[in-house]
Amino acid sequence: MPEKVLMKGNEAAAEAAILAGCRHFFGYPITPQTEIAAHMSNRMPKIGGIYLQAESEIGAINMVLGASAAGVRTMTSSSSPGISLKAESLSYLAGSDLPAVLVNIQRAGPGLGGIQPSQADYWQATRSSGHGDYKMLVFAPSTVQEMVDLVVDAFYLSDKYRMPAMILSDGLLGQMMEPVVFDESKVKKAPEKPWATCGHGDKREHNIITSLFIDPYDLDAVVKARYERYEHIKENEQRYEEYCTKDADIIVVSYGASARIVRSAVDAARKEGIKAGMIRPISVWPFPDKPILSKINDVKAFLCVEMSMGQMVDDVRLAVNGKKDVKFFGHTGGVVPTPSEVLEEIKKINRGA
Amino acid sequence: MNTNLLLAGFGGQGILFTGKVAAYAGMLDGKEVSWLPSYGPEMRGGTANCSVCVSESPIGSPLVTAPDVLVAMNHPSLEKFEKTVVPNGLIILDSSIVKDEVKRKDVRVVYLQATRLASDNGLMGLASMVMIGRLYKETGFCSEASLFEGIKRSVPVRKQSLMDKNIEAAKIGIKSGE
Amino acid sequence: MKFEKPKALTDMPFHYCPGCSHGIVHRLIAEVIDELGIEGRTVGVAPVGCAVFAYNYFSCDMVQSPHGRAQAVATGIKRANPENMVFTYQGDGDLAAIGTAETIHAAARGENMTVIFINNAIYGMTGGQMAPTTLIGQVTQTSPYGRDPKTAGYPMKVCELLSTLDGVALAQRVSVDTVKNVKEAKKAIKKAFEYQMEGKGYTIVEILCVCPTNWGLSMKDSLKWLRGTLMPNYPVGVVKDTGAKCKSKVKEVK
Repeated sequence: MPEKVLMKGNEAAAEAAILAGCRHFFGYPITPQTEIAAHMSNRMPKIGGIYLQAESEIGAINMVLGASAAGVRTMTSSSSPGISLKAESLSYLAGSDLPAVLVNIQRAGPGLGGIQPSQADYWQATRSSGHGDYKMLVFAPSTVQEMVDLVVDAFYLSDKYRMPAMILSDGLLGQMMEPVVFDESKVKKAPEKPWATCGHGDKREHNIITSLFIDPYDLDAVVKARYERYEHIKENEQRYEEYCTKDADIIVVSYGASARIVRSAVDAARKEGIKAGMIRPISVWPFPDKPILSKINDVKAFLCVEMSMGQMVDDVRLAVNGKKDVKFFGHTGGVVPTPSEVLEEIKKINRGA
Repeated sequence: MNTNLLLAGFGGQGILFTGKVAAYAGMLDGKEVSWLPSYGPEMRGGTANCSVCVSESPIGSPLVTAPDVLVAMNHPSLEKFEKTVVPNGLIILDSSIVKDEVKRKDVRVVYLQATRLASDNGLMGLASMVMIGRLYKETGFCSEASLFEGIKRSVPVRKQSLMDKNIEAAKIGIKSGE
Repeated sequence: MKFEKPKALTDMPFHYCPGCSHGIVHRLIAEVIDELGIEGRTVGVAPVGCAVFAYNYFSCDMVQSPHGRAQAVATGIKRANPENMVFTYQGDGDLAAIGTAETIHAAARGENMTVIFINNAIYGMTGGQMAPTTLIGQVTQTSPYGRDPKTAGYPMKVCELLSTLDGVALAQRVSVDTVKNVKEAKKAIKKAFEYQMEGKGYTIVEILCVCPTNWGLSMKDSLKWLRGTLMPNYPVGVVKDTGAKCKSKVKEVK
């Protein structure tokens, strides 16, 4: 049994990438994710890996693009303003069918915003990280252990589906320490990458990695084929946790750090005799609409809790499709909701307000 | 037993390290633990604080807004956090630095001259370890063995030479409560 | 001697305009790859610009980069597989405008790769706008009254700029307007690749090229303008060469 250690979410994300076989990390400092880069700069030289501090987030993500094209497991990380800078190449990665893992330790926006935890990049991650029709796999850990597990899985799934995967976390998870275990047996090996541009060695035709399809009909076909893959992913890769939902009248939908607060609020509501439960999306793209659909007839209402002005609530409403009321509660700007605030919202719904 | 700790003081007093020791100790006792620092520009030479939860059940918010125990090692920390402590909670003050008294009557207060005790014993800079020794003595949030093991696990490799001194300081804290 | 297509070029016909220098430069690179016998381990990075389809023309593995990011992409490729020979092929907009940061920092890091820089003092693919290398007074679509340094600044001399950086092993400017200069250009490209093989660091070959279409000149006048106007502003020769000992710093090629 591997040893349990106490580690920051940021450090754990970095160490998990190493566990997953990532030996090429390209970074740039920004609060509150800098420990990822710092950890990589410490570890990579010791294990024959590459830590390279790029000239910018743009430089870093394009180095990732190059390393991914070359066929290796590679990662970069940043926090919200830096992710905006990486947007361009996220689109190129997706458009070139390249795998890569990206960590966003979200902070408050817009603009320079603040440095405290936030979940206001949900739309960016799930809708429009860059230009064009494409999706990324997006996973949202709620504990430091889950950060480790999801980073490991993100490498595997990103390779499997040849698309970028993002860990959508926040400053709370990034900065906090919890006990974690690094279990090597959970790592799945990278598949063969016959498409990689690593030199054809006079053994095959030349490989080309490109996102350019100048004929509109060609591009139409390429994107449509990609969307078939996305449909397959929606069907097969939804991840979520249900908590006290079996008999729940009120289901709170919450992810990442805010789901921790919601769990406490659900416990408190149960103590007061209110049948509250929680659905916690672990994959936010694909969004887990299955558990919501399965509960839709049994609940009075849904409540979405986020550290934003309400972004995931759109996906909840799309899933619910007008059949039940979907309320929202959140704080933004770096304010973390408290369990008592969430409890109050649950009570309001319970009273029929 | 669930304990929500808030440790606060100046940067450089070892606040974050002490919190880590507490979290490690809880973990070694088989409990759920979390540690969350304040971060950002305020860390640069200003005040430092961290939240530590030690719990029998999974931890919700790691941000301690209503601590069971406040460990305050400077005046601004007492001023800022005194009011947040739960009724019947505990405040442990380094009274060699904090000259004011706690105004609240519904909390238990320990005045401990941690900085002086540390320096009297040739353990300059280890007042926070004296504090955690006393914290253990007052609350029993962890076992004694886990406290010492927590110190061992938390001391970084490059500071291994200071290990014994850290433990010695914690023992002074424990003794002060006997 | 039988004139043959280099092996490192595919059978795909070039899409370039009549008179354009890209075809010559592609061929020179391919010849060098053939002569060094490195096609199997070479990875090229195509830019955004006229040469975006370079990935169809070279027989080695190719990656198409976002605009300006070629050298960051190449960095990733090279760091992943240092045994690969990695080159980027970039125009003046790609390399010296949108990709300036990537260029300067790849050079500063001394990334062991080769940069082929096409300088024709204009944006080609978008139809003839002002480039960072556009000359003072030069008329383009976006400098219709001629480039005025008071509002549009001065042309960038990329090789001279990069030569101040310790990571740069070779910075040489060449031209492909005459047979003699074409030969000189090929020598420079070969040297750059050889330096990369030897792990010497960052190498850049800046190549003065014509763009008859966007210059609005005949082929003959284009060559005349290149020699009479462009070349005096961008003198050809070795700007920096860490491999050359006791040689004059700038060698003028007449």
